[in-house]
Amino acid sequence: MALNVLKNLIKGPATIRYPYQPAKVTPVTRGHLVINIENCIFCGLCRMHCPADAIEVNKQERTWQLNQFQCIICGNCVSYCPKDCLSIKQTYLPPSASATYVTITGPEPETKENP
Amino acid sequence: MSKKIIVPFGPQHPVLPEPIHLDLVLEDERVIEAIPSIGYVHRGLEKLVEKRDYKDYVFISERICGICSFIHGATYCQAVEQVMGVEIPRRAEFLRAIWSEYSRMHSHLLWLGCFADSMGYENLFMDCWKVREKILDVLERTTGGRVIQGVNRVGGVSRDMDKEELNRIKSEIPGLRADYVELTRIFDEDLTVQSRTKGIGMLPKDTAWELGAVGPTIRGSGHAVDARMTGYGAYDELDFKPVVRTEGDCHARCMVRTGELFTSLDLIENAIDRIPEGDIIVPVKGNPSGEYYAQTEQPRGEVIHYVKANGKKNLLRHRVRTPTLANVPALVQMLAGCELADVPVIVLTIDPCIGCMER
Repeated sequence: MALNVLKNLIKGPATIRYPYQPAKVTPVTRGHLVINIENCIFCGLCRMHCPADAIEVNKQERTWQLNQFQCIICGNCVSYCPKDCLSIKQTYLPPSASATYVTITGPEPETKENP
Repeated sequence: MSKKIIVPFGPQHPVLPEPIHLDLVLEDERVIEAIPSIGYVHRGLEKLVEKRDYKDYVFISERICGICSFIHGATYCQAVEQVMGVEIPRRAEFLRAIWSEYSRMHSHLLWLGCFADSMGYENLFMDCWKVREKILDVLERTTGGRVIQGVNRVGGVSRDMDKEELNRIKSEIPGLRADYVELTRIFDEDLTVQSRTKGIGMLPKDTAWELGAVGPTIRGSGHAVDARMTGYGAYDELDFKPVVRTEGDCHARCMVRTGELFTSLDLIENAIDRIPEGDIIVPVKGNPSGEYYAQTEQPRGEVIHYVKANGKKNLLRHRVRTPTLANVPALVQMLAGCELADVPVIVLTIDPCIGCMER
């Protein structure tokens, strides 16, 4: 027992002081979902395949909306995206007390110039 | 003869991680009957199968339980693959076995911690969870999720482990084994643990069989019943021997779980030695039609996933028989005749997972 007491005195805590110290992440950690809206074609495949119904896509208004409270960060949308514009970032989002909606509006489509 | 009183136990109770309600009929301090009632966390996950694509539903089936998540996902995939007649790559089966064993170890360590906590042994609780953190680190490093792995797909797995990673896992195993030896020694020899568990919550061998108990509950009563013995997935190639104890009390069930920690380590070492090279996923086209009944071993016992499909992208029916449901009759049997103070310890020895049970 004395050995244990000494060990614990020297070793320091086994935990980290989150959120003052950042949480441990690995290169493959699923933290949160982001979109690169420039490449998005608003096809709606991510909305169709979201198991949690967290994504809304509006082709007319060119908006992509994510309910971050509902998103389960499974990465299914990332695997279905035909333009590879969705990706998962490693950091976890900070805690929040109310539902967070992220609405991103895409740029206007380039109109074809008349010859 | 003293007056009978009824003491409600749960659904909100300090030792219960999840909500189950028991009406304990007491005579003085002795429980003469326990009447369980469930239905506090029903989420209707099985119904969702009618609204989601069968491939997307993998993520929902994985969220049936927060502890044995990986094995739920793998069993569902196994059932759908069998319906569709898909043969998945051998490497994927080995990877599933490795992750299944890691998730079994993390579940057992969590349970050992909660069990120590139910006896009021806080230090041991923290020790168990400290070791569990090492397991979760491996899971996060290899799959991207600590508790919900999300690597199962219909047709295989979505993430591979390279040779370097497999070697790293293998090199960490001796350290884990040393930790387990220390934990097992405490659970086996400590007087506090012994006085709270030995001879308490007896489940005789015949009764366990008649009540249809599964998992460590029945293995603690002397029956070698383990779905891994049927050799599903990669288990037919791995040298697996079930851990069996014959005493049938709380201590036996606890020691089955500590023993299974070592079995899991052996299985992982075995799997890493024998894992073949090759693909990890095969493309699955078309929709399933037919029905299948997949059976695997979870940390808590045998789980059964039944799927029925009619050639559309949504399945007709998905039914899960979870181990906790099979163990509740055994729990009622164990509680009859025990002391009120032992109720929390006995309830925990079946490793109740109510979230699983009610889905």
